[in-house]
Amino acid sequence: MESGCSKNGEACPQFLDLIPQQRDWHVKREDERRHGSSEEKKLELRLGPPGEDNWSIKEATKNNTRERDESLLLLGYFSSMKSNGKQTHKLPTPEDHPVGSALSTPWTKIHQHNHQQQTQPQSFLQFPSTSPQSLLVAAKESSQPCCTKAVDFQNAEKKAFSPPANTAVPSNSSQKRTAPGPVVGWPPVRSFRKNLASGSSSKPASETPSVVPHKVANEKPATQPSGKGLLVKINMDGVPIGRKVDLRAYDSYEKLSTAVDELFRGLLAAQRDSFAGGTENKQEEEKVVMGLLDGSGEYTLVYEDNEGDRMLVGDVPWHMFVSTVKRLRVLKRSELSALSLGSSKQRKIPA
Amino acid sequence: MFWGNRKTLKMNYFPDEVLEHVFDFISSHKDRNSVSLVCKSWYKIERYSRQRVFIGNCYSISPERLIARFPGLKSLTLKGMPHFADFNLVPHDWGGFVYPWIKALAKSRIGLEELRLKRMVVSDESLELLSKSFLNFKSLVLVSCEGFTTDGLAAIAANCRFLRELDLQENEVDDHRGHWLSSFPESCTSLVSLNFACLKGEINLGAIERLVARSPNLKSLRLNRAVPFDTLQKLLMQAPQLVDLGTGNFVHDPSSEAYNKLKSAIQRCKSIRSLSGFLEVAPHCMSAIYPICANLTFLNLSYAPGLHGNDLTKLIQHCRKLQRLWILDCIGDKGLGVVASTCKELQELRVFPSDLIGAGNAAVTEEGLVHISAGCPKLNSLLYFCQQMTNAALITVAKNCPNFIRFRLCILDPQKPDPVTNQALDEGFGAIVQSCKGLKRLSLSGLLTDQVFLYIGMYAEQLEMLSIAFAGDSDKGMLYVLNGCKKLRKLEIRDCPFGNEALLEDVGKYETMRSLWMSSCEVTLGGCKTLAEKMPSLSVEIINEIEQMEFSLDDMQKVEKMYLYRTLVGHRKDAPEFVWIL
Repeated sequence: MESGCSKNGEACPQFLDLIPQQRDWHVKREDERRHGSSEEKKLELRLGPPGEDNWSIKEATKNNTRERDESLLLLGYFSSMKSNGKQTHKLPTPEDHPVGSALSTPWTKIHQHNHQQQTQPQSFLQFPSTSPQSLLVAAKESSQPCCTKAVDFQNAEKKAFSPPANTAVPSNSSQKRTAPGPVVGWPPVRSFRKNLASGSSSKPASETPSVVPHKVANEKPATQPSGKGLLVKINMDGVPIGRKVDLRAYDSYEKLSTAVDELFRGLLAAQRDSFAGGTENKQEEEKVVMGLLDGSGEYTLVYEDNEGDRMLVGDVPWHMFVSTVKRLRVLKRSELSALSLGSSKQRKIPA
Repeated sequence: MFWGNRKTLKMNYFPDEVLEHVFDFISSHKDRNSVSLVCKSWYKIERYSRQRVFIGNCYSISPERLIARFPGLKSLTLKGMPHFADFNLVPHDWGGFVYPWIKALAKSRIGLEELRLKRMVVSDESLELLSKSFLNFKSLVLVSCEGFTTDGLAAIAANCRFLRELDLQENEVDDHRGHWLSSFPESCTSLVSLNFACLKGEINLGAIERLVARSPNLKSLRLNRAVPFDTLQKLLMQAPQLVDLGTGNFVHDPSSEAYNKLKSAIQRCKSIRSLSGFLEVAPHCMSAIYPICANLTFLNLSYAPGLHGNDLTKLIQHCRKLQRLWILDCIGDKGLGVVASTCKELQELRVFPSDLIGAGNAAVTEEGLVHISAGCPKLNSLLYFCQQMTNAALITVAKNCPNFIRFRLCILDPQKPDPVTNQALDEGFGAIVQSCKGLKRLSLSGLLTDQVFLYIGMYAEQLEMLSIAFAGDSDKGMLYVLNGCKKLRKLEIRDCPFGNEALLEDVGKYETMRSLWMSSCEVTLGGCKTLAEKMPSLSVEIINEIEQMEFSLDDMQKVEKMYLYRTLVGHRKDAPEFVWIL
């Protein structure tokens, strides 16, 4: 270790004692920063013009190293972002995106978010400069249980910012490892866990599809399509008892929609009667299930296809739908956003 | 007179049996290995009395040598593929076949009783051979293995008459949905542990009910998702002595009869300390388990994405004695705050990512981790997938929890800096290694320069395993680690700018380690060749999935994947085409 240090001529002893007994570290850290800045300047100079594919983060951080004055503003910005519930730090919610975007890879999604995150600060540079104090205040607010422990850090931050903060220094040799698309093997989770967001177990495509029995009342595997009569199960949110429809009896989505309306109206009525004591307005019920296909009603119709994916009804030609549909479901529209449609191997949501 | 001359008193005045008895108290593999190095007579006594052997790399030694040295072997643990195989970085068919081991052991006189395999290829033939060759075989544990089907399991069930443990963890099993469970004969009543949670197919529900009913010693039962709720209730009625339960499908209607029955069945299970599964679950179902939460020490909800923040926190508030918690990041930072204020005994926390397609579900940040560190001072093992991390948070965590043995942080966005300061996370990780003097395993992520490796080399004296991805600036980074971490055994690196200079600086170091993995780095074929020449005791494998023709000619070409390991038996003979051993 020591030999490594002396070879490089870096101020190694300065780096000792990161967490000192008596907070000496904060002082030392400042020294190290000043001393280390020449090293970091060297590294800065090594940053050549970026190659073809760079992370947006890299570009943004490179910009930031040149704009030290704005780093304080950046800090203020981030701290106010933090105290606003950190919405901007999170990935965009599903409501922000059309359903189809759920298909995009994890990598591009996160990538896009970084674009957002990194480019925004620059547009906020006009804001009145928020001093490190606000950062400290924000830090206090946002981390209540550890606020006493964060005190040390606040002092460190104060000192750290009096010399302009040296920001991160990525080297240009890292260009090689920046990939434009999804990164293989990242994040490092086993394939068993990969499809959990869609709610299913990860089934390798080569496996024979297994029928998963459910313990929701009455659910049994869907019947296979035969020459005549294609009976598929249809369930509706809030209704524990499902129905079966014969898809061959219809030749269009509109007819199917009407039939589904009728099927469930009765059931909903019966349910409401038993719950609410029979004072329901029949007309209200009838309205409820209309608008299944055009997105205007309270409910929407989805189906599960032969690959196990959950799909919105109405996208493909009717005959194609009939040949791939395995079961139907009527969902509340409010629940739609909570699902990720179209991703592989959906888990069936229990009624 | 067996005292001999007092002036030249030697240790071998103890008869062998006495030493053997003393050695019985030494169970750790490391200690037994040390014992065997003391002198020839201790070596001899130790090897005859050794019953449990751990082989961390199945290619480092041969089954024949194992058998020759330890004739009393009863329990063998073998590991095959490198760790990064978990993340699809190692092609299938790379290797790690268990069959030669079982074949050799079967031919010998070894009375194998326990076999534990990790990341190995296990065929049905090997399972069948295993089941028929060892009369006293008691325990089979397969972790992250592949290559077998339920037919192999049927053979184990049918032929291992005294089977106590069949534990399948996260294996890729081809489920033929045969009646493997029915293969357990009626006379089999010895089961203590049965875990088939990773199987995807249906099982014969009657068979599992009967099996549990005739297994009075059953302590651990983990079901797969094909086992429905009311079967679970029946099983619990038969096995109130369970200590460890993994539910299968946990979906039901809370107003149903089945639900009430389950509640009363669970209440009888006063010994359950460990709970997992919930492979299918809905929030309203969880209240059924509240009665047993107070005594739980291990809770694994990491396969239950249907539970969101509030559901999870409501549940966790009942679990005051938790020591280990595996959970999805939908718990959120606030949820982790609840964990921190409830689970004061917490030692191990694993927070897995629930959303890998970026649909914007809840995730955790540095806040959650800081809450945990403040509330759970006994924390010593962490696996944390998060959206972001700050140096400040890591420094705080390091101060609050100096007892980390395992610290694995994965920021989902590689090379992401501290979002507050825009700096690399060198200081934060530096604080961790400086504070946690007992740190044995570390995984890094986020934006990192050579600096973090300097810290690691200086402070991480007990570090045995280090995983690095998208980090560092130059060879110096890798050198700091190789020079500084004296106890390093496994080093795995991907997508870092470390090249030949770092690789070749101290070739002897690799003999002190189990293995080194480098992929998408700057190491060239020439560098690997040089290393292989200098160190014949190492096996240097180049894993190359693209066309071999052009590749083999150019020493300057960068190597896509290199895996090297020390070995006593030379190059393996079972390497596939795409693996080139230098």
